[in-house]
Amino acid sequence: MSPMGAARAGKAKPTLQTLQRQRSLHFQLTMARLLQARRLEGTEHNPWVEYVNLANEYKDAVNLGQGFPNFPPPDFALEAFQQAVSGDHMLNQYTSAFGHPPLTKVLASFFGKLLGQELDPLTNVLVTVGAYGALFTAFQALVDEGDEVIIIEPFFDCYEPMTHMAGGHPVFVSLRPSPSQDHQDLDSCSNWQLDATELASKFTPRTKALVLNTPNNPLGKVFCKAELELVASLCQQHDVLCISDEVYQWLIYDTHQHVSIASLPGMWERTLTIGSAGKTFSVTGWKVGWVLGPDNIMKHLRTVHQNSVYHCPTQAQVAVAQCFEREQLLFGQPSSYFVQLPQAMQRCRNHMIHSLQSVGFKPVASQGGYFLTVDISNFKSKMPDLPGAAHEPYDRCFVKWMIKNKGLVAIPVSFFYSGPHQKDFDHYIRFCFVKEEATLRAMDEKLQKWKAKLKL
Amino acid sequence: MSSKLKNAKRIEGLDSNVWVEFTKLAADPSVVNLGQGLPDISPPTYVKEELSKIALVDNLNQYTRGFGSDLGPCPCAADGKTTELNPRPCPFSLESSCLSSVTTAVLTVSGHPSLVKALSCLYEKFYQNQIDPNKEILVTVGAYGSLFNAIQGLIDEGDEVIIIVPFYDCYEPMMRMAGATPVFIPLRSKAVCGKKWSSSDWTLDPQELESKFNSKTKAIILNTPHNPLGKVYTKEELQLIAHLCIKYDTLCISDEVYEWLVYTGNKHLKIATFPGMWERTVTIGSAGKTFSVTGWKLGWSIGPHHLIKHLQTVQQNTIYTCATPLQEALAQALWIDIKRMDDPECYFNSLPKELEVKRDRIVHLLESVGLKPIVPDGGYFIIADVSSIDADLSDMMNNEPYDYKFVKWMTKNKKLAAIPVSAFCNSETKSQFEKFVRFCFIKKDSTLDAAEEIIKTWNRQRSQSGQNV
Repeated sequence: MSPMGAARAGKAKPTLQTLQRQRSLHFQLTMARLLQARRLEGTEHNPWVEYVNLANEYKDAVNLGQGFPNFPPPDFALEAFQQAVSGDHMLNQYTSAFGHPPLTKVLASFFGKLLGQELDPLTNVLVTVGAYGALFTAFQALVDEGDEVIIIEPFFDCYEPMTHMAGGHPVFVSLRPSPSQDHQDLDSCSNWQLDATELASKFTPRTKALVLNTPNNPLGKVFCKAELELVASLCQQHDVLCISDEVYQWLIYDTHQHVSIASLPGMWERTLTIGSAGKTFSVTGWKVGWVLGPDNIMKHLRTVHQNSVYHCPTQAQVAVAQCFEREQLLFGQPSSYFVQLPQAMQRCRNHMIHSLQSVGFKPVASQGGYFLTVDISNFKSKMPDLPGAAHEPYDRCFVKWMIKNKGLVAIPVSFFYSGPHQKDFDHYIRFCFVKEEATLRAMDEKLQKWKAKLKL
Repeated sequence: MSSKLKNAKRIEGLDSNVWVEFTKLAADPSVVNLGQGLPDISPPTYVKEELSKIALVDNLNQYTRGFGSDLGPCPCAADGKTTELNPRPCPFSLESSCLSSVTTAVLTVSGHPSLVKALSCLYEKFYQNQIDPNKEILVTVGAYGSLFNAIQGLIDEGDEVIIIVPFYDCYEPMMRMAGATPVFIPLRSKAVCGKKWSSSDWTLDPQELESKFNSKTKAIILNTPHNPLGKVYTKEELQLIAHLCIKYDTLCISDEVYEWLVYTGNKHLKIATFPGMWERTVTIGSAGKTFSVTGWKLGWSIGPHHLIKHLQTVQQNTIYTCATPLQEALAQALWIDIKRMDDPECYFNSLPKELEVKRDRIVHLLESVGLKPIVPDGGYFIIADVSSIDADLSDMMNNEPYDYKFVKWMTKNKKLAAIPVSAFCNSETKSQFEKFVRFCFIKKDSTLDAAEEIIKTWNRQRSQSGQNV
């Protein structure tokens, strides 16, 4: 026992476990009513924890699971933050509630150009705690009890519980891969598409919003203009709000182009466009995000914001403003981070595709974003019975087995599907390739070992 | 404009905000701003230094691993970067009994590992029991975020929640957003003869308080030290509230952001430490108020796991995690002061000493111009009865409470900004407090000097004109 523990023992305090057990029992006997609010129903479970804990337990495993860079942010971002924290001491105090003025100003001018709109920093821009906070604020502001929210599968997993917490009802529609083209070496996520008729059938008089994520997590699909026009026409036809999660908008590969649905005719007035400093500048820990939209909708987000977090931290906003000012000057030039980062990440993506293919994985080439979705059907047919709970989707069993036995961490793609559909998409796993060289080399080593065992 | 794209019912009527109006008014640089509760003093040097150091560390710019059993390495672990920063004896023994109790993973987010550990070490001293850093603490976006998580997590549609008037203005809209019915009870002053009016003269009537509790009451919100009054609830007062919480089986949300700012002759007491209260109380704290860094927007909730887990669920569905570098810097700053709790240099001791001097100065200033201040026992605000001033408010909007008009008049004509206390009241109780105005005194000497100048001039004008203006 440590000196601290001994000191505590000397005071003859009961162990924490004993105390907790006693207290909990006593309390459960006394507080008869339900403790938690009903709005939490269906939102408590967090599937990530098991995998994060496994990844930490198997310290030797190469963590390609959670989506964050393990390389440093660009120097200009680090310098901007260093300046913000060493400068005027008043930056340690509250700034404007809806966004630090230099940040809302540069976001308004930068994105105004991209969206083809004259944006007012006070009424068309809201700064939030990460894009996650932006999503929450949008759902709370606009989704009511009984409203339907169309979510395109596979989806970033928070959309579903956020819909539930707002009393809404999620309605899922799947991206589906086109019938398999075995002659192709590499599948592309442009083959994953929405069926127009099926999508249209999901709209009802109760549909309040549709959540769009482009580039998509986990697939990496970049919705093309035609696809967005389909979504746009349905939103307009049914008077539906579009919540467009565009956090990976700068991470676009090959010759693809990111299109913001808000820039299409008739869409600005019904779209909320969400962005993330974390993904833009490789600073996920700063937790700065934003929403752009028309004032008549944004005012409702401001109401939620002022009754939930009210202010976002000042200094990170100062730094993000400086980063955008720099990018504004360098926009389109080779030294722009928005040019350099996707170039570097494309190389990482290609490296990973190549390495994974050598072991029998079938990657779906992502067009954008941080992730590579990989088909593990080969493994499913060769090793169908991996340890796992009854009815646990195969990809989850596979990932746990892979972490423990092969030292590689990925995320099961069934995480990103609604309950009933998980079984249909249980043969895909997701890898994050936004990692430094050393990590990809470590991945290669694990894959080489794996490959060697396969040959035996 | 299409009718479907309208707001959700939960925010109906919650769009107005007193601060928007009054911060705009005080934004004029010629105005001495004693309004919003924003320190203009510098945070302590070591706090700023910790953040500067952390800003140099690459990997603290990504998501924190704020989950369960992974409590992260010790601050002085054998990792090259950390030892470069500031070698210090390891405060967190890996065999410490608080870690040994963390057997299985927690199901959701709690906070940056080194921060929840530091908070657990700090507060264990007050709770006389160990606090599980992963299960009994949640780090939030300011105390504001803790209030939001507690209310969203624990308060349901149709629940009643008791709010003591005056109240920090967000309690009411947050309750309404959760669909709850706020039930108000005002603090009332006893008659004061021959001594200074103090925040301790303002109390709750025990029968009146009990009458507010019923089977629908889910919680009571307690704020001690109190904003705006500065009241520090006594042991007897807390015992009464505790007794009622237990009798009616309600929760207590205790907003203790000003817990370190308590003046001579007073002691901050935590209602969660009273018998029968730990299991039903969520206690909220604030980095902003603790270290004079309101712009860091970090706060925390402490309580039993069966309550905190619901706040954690809200967190995982709202913002997921708070900013990493700020959490790490806060952890380091806390650790510096945790090690010297009895030292006068510890900020938890030095700040209230510094503020008590400012408090006494502002009491004197306000009295000198004919205002009747209520001397606060804690916090960094002071309220004063302004009814003795015969301000000409005829050109102000008629339907506004007196104090709104008075503050606007004072800002315009005397270049001194404050906040009307009826902003901290519900509509029914506004009239009880509309003669009071709130001043913030966590201001540097030059700001208070400027306020003094204004007040002296004001005074001269009063005696010269013979009028009470």
